[in-house]
Amino acid sequence: MSNSLSDPLRPSDHADGAADVSAPRLGPVEWLRWAWRQVTSMRTALVLLLLLAIAAIPGSLVPQRSADPNGVTQYYTDQPDLAPILDGLSLFDVYTSPWFSAIYLLLFLSLIGCVIPRAKHHAKALMSRPPRTPVRLSRLADYEKHSVEASEGTDASAQASDAVDLAAKQLRRAGYRVERDDSRGSWSVSAERGYLRETGNLVFHIALVGVLIAVGFGGGFAYTAQRVVVEGTTFVNTLTDYSSFNPGRFVDGTTLAPYAVTLDEFQVSYQGFGTNAVGQAGDFAAVITTREPDGQTTEDAIRVNHPVDLAGDKLYLLGNGYAPTIVVRDAEGVVRYRESQPFLPQDTNMTSLGVVKVADGFAEQLGMIGFFYPTQDVLTSGAYTSTFPDLINPVLTLNVFQGDLGINDGTPRSVYTLDVGEMTQLTGGSTGVDSIELRPGETADLPNGLGTVTFEDESATIASEAPVKRFASLQVHRDPSAVWVLVFAVLALLGLLTALFVPRRRVWVKAAVRESEDGPLIDLEYAGLARGEDPALRAAVTQVADRHLAAFDHPVVDALEPGDTGSGDRRDAPTPDVN
Amino acid sequence: MPAEETLSLDAVSVLLIWTAIAIYALAFIAYALDLARRSAMAVDAKGVPEYATQRELVGVGTRLGSGAPARGTGSVDTAQPAATPRRPRQMWARVGTALTVLAFLFHLGATITRGIAAERVPWSNMYEFSMTGTLLIVAVYLVVLFRYDLRFLGTFITGLIVILLAGVLLGGLYTEVVPLMDPLKSVWLVIHVFVASLGTAFFALAFALSVVQLMQARRERRAVEASESSEAKPSPRFLRTLPTADTLESLAYRFAIVGFIFWTFTLIAGSIWAQDAWGRYWGFDTKEVWTFVIWVLYAGYIHARATRGWRGTRSAWLAIIGFAAVMFNFTIVNMFFKGLHAYSGLS
Ligand code: HEM
Repeated sequence: MSNSLSDPLRPSDHADGAADVSAPRLGPVEWLRWAWRQVTSMRTALVLLLLLAIAAIPGSLVPQRSADPNGVTQYYTDQPDLAPILDGLSLFDVYTSPWFSAIYLLLFLSLIGCVIPRAKHHAKALMSRPPRTPVRLSRLADYEKHSVEASEGTDASAQASDAVDLAAKQLRRAGYRVERDDSRGSWSVSAERGYLRETGNLVFHIALVGVLIAVGFGGGFAYTAQRVVVEGTTFVNTLTDYSSFNPGRFVDGTTLAPYAVTLDEFQVSYQGFGTNAVGQAGDFAAVITTREPDGQTTEDAIRVNHPVDLAGDKLYLLGNGYAPTIVVRDAEGVVRYRESQPFLPQDTNMTSLGVVKVADGFAEQLGMIGFFYPTQDVLTSGAYTSTFPDLINPVLTLNVFQGDLGINDGTPRSVYTLDVGEMTQLTGGSTGVDSIELRPGETADLPNGLGTVTFEDESATIASEAPVKRFASLQVHRDPSAVWVLVFAVLALLGLLTALFVPRRRVWVKAAVRESEDGPLIDLEYAGLARGEDPALRAAVTQVADRHLAAFDHPVVDALEPGDTGSGDRRDAPTPDVN
Repeated sequence: MPAEETLSLDAVSVLLIWTAIAIYALAFIAYALDLARRSAMAVDAKGVPEYATQRELVGVGTRLGSGAPARGTGSVDTAQPAATPRRPRQMWARVGTALTVLAFLFHLGATITRGIAAERVPWSNMYEFSMTGTLLIVAVYLVVLFRYDLRFLGTFITGLIVILLAGVLLGGLYTEVVPLMDPLKSVWLVIHVFVASLGTAFFALAFALSVVQLMQARRERRAVEASESSEAKPSPRFLRTLPTADTLESLAYRFAIVGFIFWTFTLIAGSIWAQDAWGRYWGFDTKEVWTFVIWVLYAGYIHARATRGWRGTRSAWLAIIGFAAVMFNFTIVNMFFKGLHAYSGLS
């Protein structure tokens, strides 16, 4: 069939299209036009899609800064020679790299260049009429022909015309756009349906552009902040209260809603002994009280999968651990340090590592590296370990250092690491002095009569009545574009469903009068033509014929003519509803 | 929750799954015998011109055939010779299907008892995804049999299932029933993982059909060459009894697009879940990367079918590569790649 206006417009190298047109002539305009046609061709789209798939793979093989920054640091340690080379190729930032961006930007350029003309063309097609009935319907693959007796009394031609009227009515009711096409001695209706298929395809491709814009541009309005909160403490939603803040391009961080969040209690449950998963932690809940700028306070709980909504932000629970309260007094008994210091969990049984930094009050600065074992046990090697993540036998060990903490010159230092380069170790290791070992409520002397250190028992002060406080690490996230991403993604899915499953087809019903020995007969021809993939076309033609013959209600005098492949097995053909 | 009772129910599940594996293996043998019979039959019918009689597959042909006419092929062609009265020749295919149904019932029983034992949906760790995923592959295959006679894929389906299930059990991937980790406690576990498995099942069928399509296309090419020169290279003979490469392709395409839609949904559902669980909808986590790569590969496949010069053999290769990526994502990425999706239940 030749292409008509109502056919969707396709790039020139589409499989259904005519053979390739001309090579470029020499003029610059022609050349540009030719180049543009290459960019918007099916082949380019295909190659770019395949390139995109291949280019995405390295990001799963090499750690990415965005998803796994520690992995990148580790990579530099493990492969000091290779890492800088990979970094030069942006392999630690694959998805923001110039080459990855080039591929998807070209792909979307091609997409837009391809979709705009198609959308224009389709808009016109929506207003056009179905094409005329072909002269020889029997040439079509899906074709059947039946003859019925004309009733006596009335003009057979009028009956043939009525038959086509009826067919047109039925087709219109079945969702076809119909056009009468009568000529002398033959009456026919030309019907077409499935414009939605092309609409769906266009919606799908345009929605992909929507997703890209929502992610790329809308993401600029997002921000992510992180913060560790110890039970009983409060933080405020301001830049200074966060340990890390990642703003989008259009966020400067000065307009955050100044709400406050207090962690009242951190809850967790552990699988007990005798189960298949001893020590597995679950049911995490950060029980919080929030105070909004207008003073209104609310109690809530942040759980995994259940972030808390607050002033347009979402609060997520990322992690948790113990924060032993450590008090350091000098030789006079004056408190020089009191902190519930978060210790970072090192294993599933919550063996945790933390650091104490006492900057003032002593002749030299003091630092301590501590291990906390919620359920302390001794390995055969003599080393301590934790055998359960809950507080069954909590023990804190401390190694004391004396010297320069390296914080006076203003360089920011992590609160989780101690730089012992300028310090002397006083306990543990090779010093010959035992490490300090404390249980909640116990106090020990610091070496050289410096003073004392106490591991406070907090059971009287916190809601859980546990001796050791816990901390939660929270993430505050705001992404006003996420909902748009979702909207476009769902549109793409709906477009896809329509584009792939709405059949696009033409159907013709034609009537002609034929004289026979027994009086006039009306020959009824039914034919269908698929536009694109349409496995149910034959069933549809059969159904059109069946319904029409039943409603027309004239005696059928079919004799199967040789060559009518269509009607031989029509009674066995599946007839799914084609409306 | 009484621990002993849980254990015994799970033990029943393991017993059922081994029974299912054994019956699938028998089904594989039956289907293999069917292919052998088809080869023999193709030899018997050698005198008959290959495309002379095509009514045999009309039941299939009427449905398969109309897929392509718009492209002007209009063929209902299958290479199947006429043999309507000789029913017994399909005996082994029928035995294969009957055994597959039986094995499926045991497999279903195993999956359900595992779910009851665990008191949740049985697709929460790698052992369970394998069980449910393979169950869905068989289910889709059996349902599709009502419409299309695809029993020639029986060896592939049962073979794949036996390898995956036995591989999982013998490879030490069996995992005891443990409570869900917090991030998995979500309705999205039920939806996202299930739909992904369903998509995989359709991709598996598209893959198998594409492989047969490639073989058939090669045979057809050689048949043409042979008619031009006297030298004929042999192709597996059972291919003569199967639909034409064109028909196989349009069928493979149909399964691939259903799979693609499920996969698109998986991608969206996964992002919604990630937004709740990890605080961002997309972060190029390894598993996310692979899910995306697979999606793009199948988008490529669908495009290839509409691109001049790519329809046929080239696009079939894309369907094959796509499924290879699905399997890679399921096995290697789950077990060896580092990422947030650390839910294989393996340590
Ligand atoms: C982000 C990149 C793209 C993706 C993921 C994509 C995906 C798809 C999918 C899934 C289909 C089949 C569903 C349907 O018919 O609607 C399709 C069809 C189509 N795409 Fe794309 N596409 C992309 C880019 C492009 C580009 C750049 C072009 C133009 C050069 C294009 C032109 C077409 C055409 C003409 C069809 C209809 C094919 C047919 O006749 O069956 N697409 N695309």
